Amino acid sequence: MSAVIQDLVNRPYEAGFVTPIEADVAPRGLSEETIRLISAKKREPDWLLEFRLQAYRHWLTMSEPKWPNVHYPPIDFQDIIYYAAPKPKKLKSMDEVDPELMRTFEKLGVPMNERAALAGVAVDVIFDSVSVATTYKQKLAEVGIIFCSISEAVASHPELVRKYLGSVVPPADNYYAALNSAVFTDGSFCFIPKGVKCPMDLSTYFRINTQDSGQFERTLIVAEEGAAVSYLEGCTAPKFDTNQLHAAVVELVALDHADIKYSTVQNWYAGDENGVGGIFNFVTKRGLCKGASSKISWTQVETGSAITWKYPSCVLLGDNSIGEFYSVALTNHRQQADTGTKMIHLGNNTRSRIISKGISAGHSNNSYRGLVKIGAKADNARNYSQCDSMLIGSRCGANTFPYIQVRNRSAQVEHEATTSKIGEDQLFYFASRGVGAEEAVSMIINGFCKDVFQQLPMEFAVEATKLLGLKLEGSVG
Amino acid sequence: MIRAGAPVLLDVRELEASIGDKPILKGVSLEVRAGEVHAIMGPNGSGKSTLAKLLSGHPAYSVTRGSVAYRGSDLLGLSPEARAQAGLFLGFQYPVEIPGVSNAQFLRLAYNSVQAARGAEELDPLEFDDLVREKLALVDMDPSFLERNVNEGFSGGEKKRNEILQMALLEPVLALLDETDSGLDIDALRVVAGGVNSLAGADNAIVLVTHYQRLLNYIEPDYVHVMEGGQIIKTGDKALALELEARGYDWVRAEFDAARAAA
Ligand SMILES: Nc1ncnc2c1ncn2[C@@H]1O[C@H](COP(=O)(O)OP(=O)(O)OP(=O)(O)O)[C@@H](O)[C@H]1O
Ligand SMILES: [Mg+2]
Repeated sequence: MSAVIQDLVNRPYEAGFVTPIEADVAPRGLSEETIRLISAKKREPDWLLEFRLQAYRHWLTMSEPKWPNVHYPPIDFQDIIYYAAPKPKKLKSMDEVDPELMRTFEKLGVPMNERAALAGVAVDVIFDSVSVATTYKQKLAEVGIIFCSISEAVASHPELVRKYLGSVVPPADNYYAALNSAVFTDGSFCFIPKGVKCPMDLSTYFRINTQDSGQFERTLIVAEEGAAVSYLEGCTAPKFDTNQLHAAVVELVALDHADIKYSTVQNWYAGDENGVGGIFNFVTKRGLCKGASSKISWTQVETGSAITWKYPSCVLLGDNSIGEFYSVALTNHRQQADTGTKMIHLGNNTRSRIISKGISAGHSNNSYRGLVKIGAKADNARNYSQCDSMLIGSRCGANTFPYIQVRNRSAQVEHEATTSKIGEDQLFYFASRGVGAEEAVSMIINGFCKDVFQQLPMEFAVEATKLLGLKLEGSVG
Repeated sequence: MIRAGAPVLLDVRELEASIGDKPILKGVSLEVRAGEVHAIMGPNGSGKSTLAKLLSGHPAYSVTRGSVAYRGSDLLGLSPEARAQAGLFLGFQYPVEIPGVSNAQFLRLAYNSVQAARGAEELDPLEFDDLVREKLALVDMDPSFLERNVNEGFSGGEKKRNEILQMALLEPVLALLDETDSGLDIDALRVVAGGVNSLAGADNAIVLVTHYQRLLNYIEPDYVHVMEGGQIIKTGDKALALELEARGYDWVRAEFDAARAAA
């Protein structure tokens, strides 16, 4: 690979800083005691403690999945801190938020204060494991929307949380989901009642802060009949040398005619050029199109993490329901990503669409893994999948693993895949027309990703474009 | 057109260059003045494309000896994009496909980069659309080519027209056209020649790499060079092209070797 391309892909991580905030930290290690401690700290009802303990006991019987195309040293689950919280404070207004924290948000460009108001974004901020501030709750409450941390929801709307928690991703679903169900510390809860179209995009920024604290968010979004919501998740993490485990669970439930759009831009620390440090990201995201004509759409831009293991999926149970998955996954240096989706068609006339764009640079490895499953009773189901890979330089890899299981003859399943390369010749072609390598790469990447970027809310699309540029561009010379 | 005292645009002296450890150019000298049209002919593998790409700054080649001046100052120290911005243009023998980028986007980015470097006005997409349509007409290309990805799925001839379109937009000072005539049908050849001729003027110059005399029926060269084994072994006027067409290259080589043996 030429020096130019190498420079391009070697720009340092720009969000790598640690905010010194006093943390209330649980001792390292995982046991029933740790779980009881978390539950007690959060003053949880008995049913939730029981939910956690059952998940934990099940987890003990499970083993880590070995099928993903990723490689990492064994994780010592007894060397992880499962609970860390900023010192509890009662916050009445934004002025009371720790200024250090505010500066962190500023550095990250989080639209939380007045900027949030102008942008029309309500932000439920996760800082380590406890929510610090929630804006716009009032405005949302007027239309009956509940948008708060999941801990708050457990206290204020226990019946709703109890009804839906674990209903899409059961605690025993997979190794990391079981772990999350046992030890999740916080996350977002969002409930859109019948007939309500959420008047603004809901947004959560996650940031891992305390060194070595595993993060186990739990997000639950429920859209009742005819409700609609667009939810944005953005993440970035400070630079550390030891790997940080992250195992989130996101559950979405859409009832009849409900519409949920979930967008993620993920920029966690990916490790240095040699792969040291960086986040291990093992996430279970699943949406249930429970009602007729419901729709769930996942859009993700994955640029960070040392290892990404993530398959936002849709279970299309309601007749005429629609599932969508739009993804850009970028890997560089020694990053490994095994990501994709599952579309499970159970209802009649269900439709799904998969658009996946994988970009690999450096020595990275990027795999798309997708499952399209058409159940025996799902008449006239349809799927369209398109998986495109782009290789930058010659030392990276891309794989596509499409699995298709069709049990109903009326199904129509289409799969297309392409692989393209950006090498010296493409960059020289641009250069010979007066265009430098940075601009060239950014134009190629944006062109390659446009089908996905189009799905993102406007500001998010701009952010995503900048982020990809940042990840691939560097001083050329 | 040869004019005494016209400024020297390109001055290549004793240039030797290799790719990896393999020497390819073995002492090339070439002087191109404003207003001139040069044709470089020669057998396959003789180094014609190497010379053109090296002059444009392709990173694969390393210069081991000699010098190149462009408009009086060193060219080899400039990045390829700086060379293009300074008015050098390479029409590729094998134009590159750029996936995911529309021709319109690409052309505008290229145009604006060069304009910005010249301190000239950059154009927004609407203004650029007017300009590019004018130039499309010049090379007889359908506007639908603007929406397609750069060179992707273009036929050989369409790719070459697209090169001339780019040249027409960028209005270079020195155009190096590497086999722009290969793979063209008769009409396309006329169109491409027309494009080249409309660029040719007193202040700029064109170097054509070609295998065929037929292009030179449309574009009259002031000089014809024969390249072989990484050297220019003979230079003549347009009559030389006709002679090469009739007799091939062997006699030139023989003459060159005899002259060297005598020296
Ligand atoms: N990357 C490379 N590695 C090794 N040899 C190379 C490489 N690139 C070019 N060459 C060699 O350099 C020599 C000159 O190639 P060049 O493309 O300049 O020839 P040309 O005169 O343009 O030929 P043609 O008329 O066929 O286009 C050839 O022998 C070619 O094989
Ligand atoms: Mg050639």
